[in-house]
Amino acid sequence: MDILSLFVVVPVVIVLAMVLFTKNLKQARMVALAGMLMQLIMSVNLIVKYLNAREAGDQSIMLFQKNIPWFAEFNAHYHIGVDGVSVLMILLTTLIVIAGIFVSWKIQPLSKEFFISLIVLATGVYGFFISLDLFTMFVFYEIAVIPMYLLIGIWGSGPREYAAMKLTLMLMGASALLLVALLGIYFTSSVGGQAPTFDILELAQREMPYDWQKIFYPLAFIGFGTIGALFPFHTWSPDGHASAPTAVSMLHAGVLMKLGGYGIFRFAMFLMPEGALFWQDFFLILAVTGVTYGALSAIQQTDLKYINAYSSVSHLGLVLFALLMINKTAWNGAMLQSLSHGFITALFFALIGMIYGRTHVRDITKMQGMMRIVPLLSVAYVVAALANLGLPGFSGFVAEMNIFVGGFLNQDLYKQALTVFAVTSIVVTAVYMLRLTGRMIFGPTTKVYTGLPKAFWYEKTAIAILVLFITLIGTLPFWWLQFIEDSVNNFIQPLIK
Amino acid sequence: MNLDSLMLMRDEWFLTAVIMLLLIAEVLLSAKNKKYIIQLALILFGAYTISAFLPNDTGALFGSSYKTYPLVHYFKAILAFGVFIILLQSVNWLKEKLLPYDFTAEFFILIFSSLLGLNFMMSAGDFLMFYIGLELSTMPIIALTAFEFWNHRSVEAGVKYILLASISSAILLFGVSLVYATAGSINFDVIKNALQLPLLEIIGLIMIFIGIGFKISLVPFHFWAADVYEGAPTVISNYLSVISKGGAVYVLMTLLFVTFTAFQKEWNWIMYGTAILTMVVGNLFALRQQNMKRFLAFSSIAQAGFILLAMLSNNELGVKAIIYFLLIYIFSNVAAFGVVHVISLKTGKENIDDYNGLYRTNPKLSLVLMIALFSLAGIPPVAGFFAKFFLYAAAASKGYYVLIFIAVLNVTVSLYYYLLPVRAAFLRVSDHPIPFFKSDNYSRLAFIITMIGLLVLGLYSGVFEFISGISNIF
Repeated sequence: MDILSLFVVVPVVIVLAMVLFTKNLKQARMVALAGMLMQLIMSVNLIVKYLNAREAGDQSIMLFQKNIPWFAEFNAHYHIGVDGVSVLMILLTTLIVIAGIFVSWKIQPLSKEFFISLIVLATGVYGFFISLDLFTMFVFYEIAVIPMYLLIGIWGSGPREYAAMKLTLMLMGASALLLVALLGIYFTSSVGGQAPTFDILELAQREMPYDWQKIFYPLAFIGFGTIGALFPFHTWSPDGHASAPTAVSMLHAGVLMKLGGYGIFRFAMFLMPEGALFWQDFFLILAVTGVTYGALSAIQQTDLKYINAYSSVSHLGLVLFALLMINKTAWNGAMLQSLSHGFITALFFALIGMIYGRTHVRDITKMQGMMRIVPLLSVAYVVAALANLGLPGFSGFVAEMNIFVGGFLNQDLYKQALTVFAVTSIVVTAVYMLRLTGRMIFGPTTKVYTGLPKAFWYEKTAIAILVLFITLIGTLPFWWLQFIEDSVNNFIQPLIK
Repeated sequence: MNLDSLMLMRDEWFLTAVIMLLLIAEVLLSAKNKKYIIQLALILFGAYTISAFLPNDTGALFGSSYKTYPLVHYFKAILAFGVFIILLQSVNWLKEKLLPYDFTAEFFILIFSSLLGLNFMMSAGDFLMFYIGLELSTMPIIALTAFEFWNHRSVEAGVKYILLASISSAILLFGVSLVYATAGSINFDVIKNALQLPLLEIIGLIMIFIGIGFKISLVPFHFWAADVYEGAPTVISNYLSVISKGGAVYVLMTLLFVTFTAFQKEWNWIMYGTAILTMVVGNLFALRQQNMKRFLAFSSIAQAGFILLAMLSNNELGVKAIIYFLLIYIFSNVAAFGVVHVISLKTGKENIDDYNGLYRTNPKLSLVLMIALFSLAGIPPVAGFFAKFFLYAAAASKGYYVLIFIAVLNVTVSLYYYLLPVRAAFLRVSDHPIPFFKSDNYSRLAFIITMIGLLVLGLYSGVFEFISGISNIF
């Protein structure tokens, strides 16, 4: 078995083991944790192998490729491989899932089913990040989306049925658009009598006719954009996040929403460069609207989860914005932002879940002075808030810096003006984040909440993992950027020639 | 004619022999041994099913009014396999409801006769054989629809079905006679070469299409479906929605792709419109259904619309996609109906709301239901996804992107209602859930077979490759 397939096989084995052998919460979480630790070892191993391969001068665009025919009739292959960005995304997924398991340490009821659904979701995400074939990619994409319905519907809170249905239908509707685009790419690729193909590396060699690119690019962009919270298709996200259980919000905002930006980067723009340039200006407006609209909406909210959900819309809007700017600096920023936002938002949702688990309130107007009651959680919350508003030293800063510098590198006034608009979101973010921490964390303590339990060891572990990586990205950005630059250089080629 | 050439009709001979043996057994067995008829029928039919999967030659009989070739042979085997699973599911129902009236042998004889009719219909080389097969497949099913004669809904369903079936038969016959009047023959091969495209022939083709469309329950010929499915015994609804629909789709496919291929321009727009209409109407009506059987009826109407996507392709890819889809569809629908059947038999409950909290009491049954519905909705890694994907691909191969766009939007709508039973079973809790019960071994075996099929047939491409290898019918 090659090292990449193991990333999909191990979770499947975990799921089977849980289905067949585990009976209760303790066994299920131990199996899930053991499996994910194995994934962690493999993820670190993959990074080392990747660095060694590049050091040794392996310049191929994708490493560790494996290509097995699947439906030979359709030329659909199980084709996998990784480059810098996917290596990092795999690491991100592993860490967030592990943190998610720690956060759900005491999940009730149906705990076994919870971990099974969580790992199934993770399987889809891993598969998505390693696929190099559109068919394989699509299969994994849908595997990642559908467990969400059960996860939110069964273990969620508030209007969970509504939120779960809305999320599933919107994401599946988006994937339906994507499906049309995939078939379009596939059947227009048979130029000059070649068999049509789903293989992205081969598709990039065959140039898709310009007219078809103009038709199918927006379908693919909206298809991926919906899961990346593209305005106005983001509405599933606040409801979904607010209703989801903690670990699911973490995984969803932290990893699943990254599928959007990653898909646009890896598939949509790479395969349809001329379509991307044609639609660039139009989608830029949507992206900038999302950035500012998300930030402004977050000010209005009083529910902790809604604040963070809209903040995610705003910050992921920046990813799309940066991708649409089409230059290397902005793209580096986009990928770094994906990574950084994954850790920050997961930390946020983890903390919100822990605080909510103690106070049973998410309304910020009803909480005060949490610093004295749950000091560790409060400090972590302040860290997350500062990282989110882009304080230097944390991951948010380096990512957003790259994005905005990349935006200004464009010569035309239109894009520079839009960049100015997008930059204002930083100020707005600072407003809602500081106001929130000021009100909730500091200030006089409310009597109702005194005597709440301090953080448990499993909660501390989850926080430690996430904070560690937020600071690692913030303080060592160039180490992370070497991975990203490597793939950006390859994948931006068709667009800037 | 010698024995070898008669063996071309092996499937039909064997099935007839099964029917005859059951008839003899019914006469010979004494009253208290009647219950062994069920086992006997299962064994005999199981043997027939196995024999149906053994390879057979290609050839024609009776002045090419009967034709067999690998695709039709294996498709018959697939249908037989589907019927076998349905029989497994019906054992408990037969024991409880029909054994007291001593009606078990009749049930088997009727359902096998209907399958025999489907076999003749699919193998038909001219309109005469085709029509005989069609009627032979329809008539026993009408009797079976009204089989729960103590239940007035069942009888009502039977009457509805016989009225609409006769009308559609009449329309079809009129269409056949118009084609005969212009082409001068009822033989498919002769017709194929004699087509001149006068208006009369097109009208004839449309009428034939209406007749078959009735069996496939295409909109606007679908009005019988929901009422009949709801009233008929669940196993018969199951048979109607997968087996008899599958046979009719096969015949429509061969007629359009082979015999009337010269008319493609004309029938394309009919298919295009009917596909959209069927998907949209089926989906919209399914949204508001409370009764699971009506729900599955409208879902099966919508699925028929998706099959028409591939009908538009008129190429080998379309044949593969349709056959593969029907295979998967048999597995998914039989599993879904099976769950409805065992619950309805155990508790008499058929509404979606009754399923609230099902997972907490009957986890395995709920999982089967979920996987079957996911397969119908087309969600990977369940096989239904691959089947639907190939249907789209077949339509896309001829550039019908707008139609695919409409279809995928419909899939999203359909996802909503396929999630409703899942929501009831998994998300909700109920004060009075369906209590835990053990299903009988026969239905359990049926569930295991369908689940293996749904989880393996998609991810493992071998079955599709096999179908690909025999799909050249042009």
